[in-house]
Amino acid sequence: MSGAGNLADADLLPGTPPDAAGADRSWLRHLRLPEQPLARHLILALGGGGILYLVTSSLSPYNDFLVGEIALYLIALAGLSLLTGVNGQISLGHGAFMAVGAYTIALLMTHTQLNFILELLASVGAAAVLGVVIGVPATRLKGPYLAGMTLLLALALPPIADKWSSTFGGDQGLTTTVPTAPGNINPEEWLTWIELLGALITLVLLANFLRSRFGRMLRAVRDDEIAASLAGIHVARTKVTAFVISAACAGLAGAFLGLSTGVVSTGEFPLPLSIQLLAAMVIGGTGSLMGMWWGAVLLVYLPQWSTSISSHLNLGSDVSAYLATIIFGAVLIVAMIAAPSGIQGGLRLAWGRAVRLWSGLTRKQIQPTRTG
Amino acid sequence: MLEVQELSVSYGAVHALTAVTFAATPGAITAVLGANGAGKTTLLRSISGLVKTQSGSIRFNGQELVGKTVEGIARCGVAHVPEGRGIIEELTVEENLRLATLWCLGRRERERAIEETFALFPRLTGFRRRHASILSGGERQMLVIGRALISRPQLLLLDEPSLGLAPLVTAGLMALLRDHTVGTDMTVVLVEQNARSALSVSQRAVVLNLGEVVVNDAADVVAADSNLRHHYLGF
Amino acid sequence: MGLFVNITLDGITNGMVFAALALALVLIFRATKILNFAQGAMAMMTTFIGFTLLNRGLGYWWALVAVLAIAFVLGALVERVLIRPLQGKSELNPVIVTIGLLVVLEGLAGAIYGNSSRGFPPAYSQSGLTIGHTKIAFSHFDIFILVAVLVLMVGTLALFRATTLGLRMRASAFSGEISRLLGVRVGRLLTLGWALAGVAGALAGFLVAPTSSFSPYFMDLILVYAFTAAVIGGLESPVGALIGGLITGLSISYVGGYLGSGLQPLGALVLLMVTLMARPEGIFARPTARRV
Repeated sequence: MSGAGNLADADLLPGTPPDAAGADRSWLRHLRLPEQPLARHLILALGGGGILYLVTSSLSPYNDFLVGEIALYLIALAGLSLLTGVNGQISLGHGAFMAVGAYTIALLMTHTQLNFILELLASVGAAAVLGVVIGVPATRLKGPYLAGMTLLLALALPPIADKWSSTFGGDQGLTTTVPTAPGNINPEEWLTWIELLGALITLVLLANFLRSRFGRMLRAVRDDEIAASLAGIHVARTKVTAFVISAACAGLAGAFLGLSTGVVSTGEFPLPLSIQLLAAMVIGGTGSLMGMWWGAVLLVYLPQWSTSISSHLNLGSDVSAYLATIIFGAVLIVAMIAAPSGIQGGLRLAWGRAVRLWSGLTRKQIQPTRTG
Repeated sequence: MLEVQELSVSYGAVHALTAVTFAATPGAITAVLGANGAGKTTLLRSISGLVKTQSGSIRFNGQELVGKTVEGIARCGVAHVPEGRGIIEELTVEENLRLATLWCLGRRERERAIEETFALFPRLTGFRRRHASILSGGERQMLVIGRALISRPQLLLLDEPSLGLAPLVTAGLMALLRDHTVGTDMTVVLVEQNARSALSVSQRAVVLNLGEVVVNDAADVVAADSNLRHHYLGF
Repeated sequence: MGLFVNITLDGITNGMVFAALALALVLIFRATKILNFAQGAMAMMTTFIGFTLLNRGLGYWWALVAVLAIAFVLGALVERVLIRPLQGKSELNPVIVTIGLLVVLEGLAGAIYGNSSRGFPPAYSQSGLTIGHTKIAFSHFDIFILVAVLVLMVGTLALFRATTLGLRMRASAFSGEISRLLGVRVGRLLTLGWALAGVAGALAGFLVAPTSSFSPYFMDLILVYAFTAAVIGGLESPVGALIGGLITGLSISYVGGYLGSGLQPLGALVLLMVTLMARPEGIFARPTARRV
């Protein structure tokens, strides 16, 4: 039996009536958006992209930088959400895939003069290859065993870079350079737009996957592997593909991370990163894509908020360094016990209740004229 | 004395039991019969606490069982032999027996009770220290009956003990049940698909159909009513 | 030759420590079918508490006893407060909760004790013994490690095989429902299982601390090595944890000695992957088929 039975489904939450998915999207019908998924996603992405462009143009470079960070973590979280929420495979090692993406682009930038897009694609590809390497044995593993193996992966990969420090830059790491922006555009803004574009493309692609037959296969495998294989689904291939997609996302995110910090070293990818990715995904809403915005915001802003909290309360420097971690872990525990479908799940429930309340109210108004 | 009043149990939208009411008296075997899915197993599992009830009451010797924990109910003297026997295969035969005595017997009484059980089922003596997984169907049945009786229960719940057993073994089992219960103060509720053999040893019969009680009468009356037998019990 | 002997001895002592933490994982997995990813962090926490006690002047042995007692209580608390509410729901939720606990404990330790590495005193001298004219990588402290873990293992086996409490614990782990029908208070025994696991983990932490950097993260690698050991041994058997621990310890040691210490986690990963591909149920798999 696959592991993640109860984690929130992108379509359905436990306890909501079967047409909740339809009810959820009723607001879209009001907007007169096309029914076909790809067109709908593209239009939403263009709209979102336009809004984000306006927002980032008006922000300071530092805030642009933060928005860019949110975008790159969103990419990683979206892939992880697909893998764990929709396909039921838990990974504690996604920091390793990010590291592969980051080191690939850094190495290419150091030793070659390749086109930037190609370098990004190479980072994605390298992470995808590792995704296959890990994904194949992962097909045989149930939840906790897979978690343990990926945990070990997160710990095993960074020391390799330390071992061959001449190639990988050792403690200093390798440097990356952001491609020069056209015209007078601020370099931070330029990188942020690239990252946002990457995030929107990723979201559109993943949203399409999830709405397609492949998405149904992912869920079927998560819910009951035996039933899925009896229905003709190639379980192992589905699981490996999910792993590869999520690894590729993490690789892209890692490349962006390397670009935004300018330096790629093993210190950037410790175990806590992998765990925080999982935690952010859970808190944002396992299995959802839009929920990953919350997770990414949490990842980027929690360290800031906790620093200001601890300076406000005059806590020691030790405490402030670790306060973010403590809060993260505590929120994760509380979320699992009290609200397993995360922020996005909670919002959906609230939205569903609001919609039902509204339709109940409007129906009451109609009735007297009907019987009359 | 077991008194079940207006017991209703549902699994989500499925109503397994609806307003079931009957009583089982001590010193007698009460058979609970009916087709597959009639709710017989759910009834026993509600009494022993494995299944949550929606409404109604289950009183044994005046004590309300609804709301107690499973182990709390067991410690009231209720022994439930579940569907599928429920031996713990990873333990030895002796350990299976000993486990049942831990809550109620002191060390010396334990050993004596275990010896008595092996005397009752000499067939099991040879497997005493072997893992229970190697026992055959009939031997497993002996083990679970022995395990149920070893704690001197006041209420014995048996879920399809004859399942998978040869007719001869079933007859012997039923005879053993009757010998050990009739005349004592133990109350026995016997759920059986094999209505014929159950009716032959019971004093009372309750027939369930789709979660409701349709017949509650003396066993010989039920056995004699061919219409009833044909309609609900298949013979 | 001398290098080989030293590496082997090192592997054995490391393996014993992995076995102790693996035993903790096994105890919990057997009882509640959960892999407690926070076991290492819990051990780290109790070791830090022990360190504070030692700094306040408490003798080593008293500190150890106190730490084991605290670990017992901590294990029971975690089961009751965090794990019990999740029983019966998805398989993955408790796993994620233990990960959350791991994060919280490491954060707490960092916040309370700061990030500076510090030294943890060993019980006995750590300098190698001399046999004949050669000094080997085996010290009095290593002997202590061996003895302590063996005592733990023997004690655990004795508890399970020879006492009625052990019988109840085994029965609860094999079949909770049947055990409850027989009047066994399964809930309390699960809590006890977690408490004992805490003790085993705390011992592992105490044994590792002198040779490690003793930061809040010092048990991370030990946890994954112990996980590997437990998987090799079959996640259901204390003896398996011991054998698995020795296998893992020796393998890591050879990788470290001949290929470099940085590659040890990778070596463990390869070992784990090979085990999971070839014999996922481990060496000491129970012969009976699992109920579906």
